[in-house]
Amino acid sequence: MAFINYANREINCKIVYYGPGLGGKTSNLQYIYDRTAEKSKGKMISLATEADRTLFFDFLPLDLGTVRGFTTRFHLYTVPGQVFYDASRKLILKGVDGVIFVADSQVERVEANVESIRNLDENLSDHGLLLQDIPYALQFNKRDLDNVVSVEDMYRSLNFKREPTFEAIATKGYGVFDTLRAVAKLILKDLNRGR
Amino acid sequence: MAGDLVIYQEEYELLESVLRRLRADSNARAIFLIDKNGQQIAAAGELDQFDTTSLASLTAGNVAATDGLAKLIGEREFSVLFHEGQQDHIHISIVGKRAILLVIFDDRSSLGLVRLRVKRASGEMETVFETMASKAAVAEETGETASPFAEITDEDIDALFSE
Repeated sequence: MAFINYANREINCKIVYYGPGLGGKTSNLQYIYDRTAEKSKGKMISLATEADRTLFFDFLPLDLGTVRGFTTRFHLYTVPGQVFYDASRKLILKGVDGVIFVADSQVERVEANVESIRNLDENLSDHGLLLQDIPYALQFNKRDLDNVVSVEDMYRSLNFKREPTFEAIATKGYGVFDTLRAVAKLILKDLNRGR
Repeated sequence: MAGDLVIYQEEYELLESVLRRLRADSNARAIFLIDKNGQQIAAAGELDQFDTTSLASLTAGNVAATDGLAKLIGEREFSVLFHEGQQDHIHISIVGKRAILLVIFDDRSSLGLVRLRVKRASGEMETVFETMASKAAVAEETGETASPFAEITDEDIDALFSE
């Protein structure tokens, strides 16, 4: 649910990074934060445990410039991936405009990816949203590791509506901005269509 | 754009004037009106003293978590939250179901005074929200959804990421 302010000529949209625990959601945000000019970003907030696991959310406000005279801001959030934080995940999806699913490419995380997408679908429907309808992109992260599932197999098991899909190595930045750009584009086009 | 929150100049100015008055009446340091999704709608007071974007996001997270807690114990919501610090304090309340009012105050004010003034200002803001809702309903009915992005192109969007 975007917020359009005609008085300030601003538009604010919310993007949520979803996916299984330790899949690289926070690494995506961290890379974007590190690579964005000071004037275009706010403070990155991480509500994490002492062991650096996301407890509630990470938050990064990005100011991308103007489109048609409107300052365009994206608020990026991550959810905590661990299964038992489901109540928190549900809260963070409130008012979401677009979702990026960060899948872990490692063989042993196949089940966790499938379970997390199922969980995303359920939690979205609790907010009256359908994964089928919302702007959505898929990212296969950790492609640099040895024990990864082939891209074809991951696509077969995780892609369900031909959403834009990207290979990534979030810690090194590979694929990070491509994924963000794809979902931002879908969100702005969605506004254009007048949902 | 059903579901999107749209605010026009007239209502924005009305909300800002309510916030400015509330700030003066309650002797507060700063007042923020925040969408429940974490976006700042309007603000008044010592704004340069605070990271306003982070404040908005964390306040919404706080309210969402507290709402979750309320439901767990069978309450609909906790409509007022108060955080007491050594010097500064925060009073958070829900306005018109979809917005959050955040008042930051110090010992030049008091919880009682803030509560009293917030109550009156909330009523005024609810009236503005009702106007916004009926304007949005009319726009929806007449098909005038007024998207500033009606003519947006792929090039416009790519330009955002060009730097």
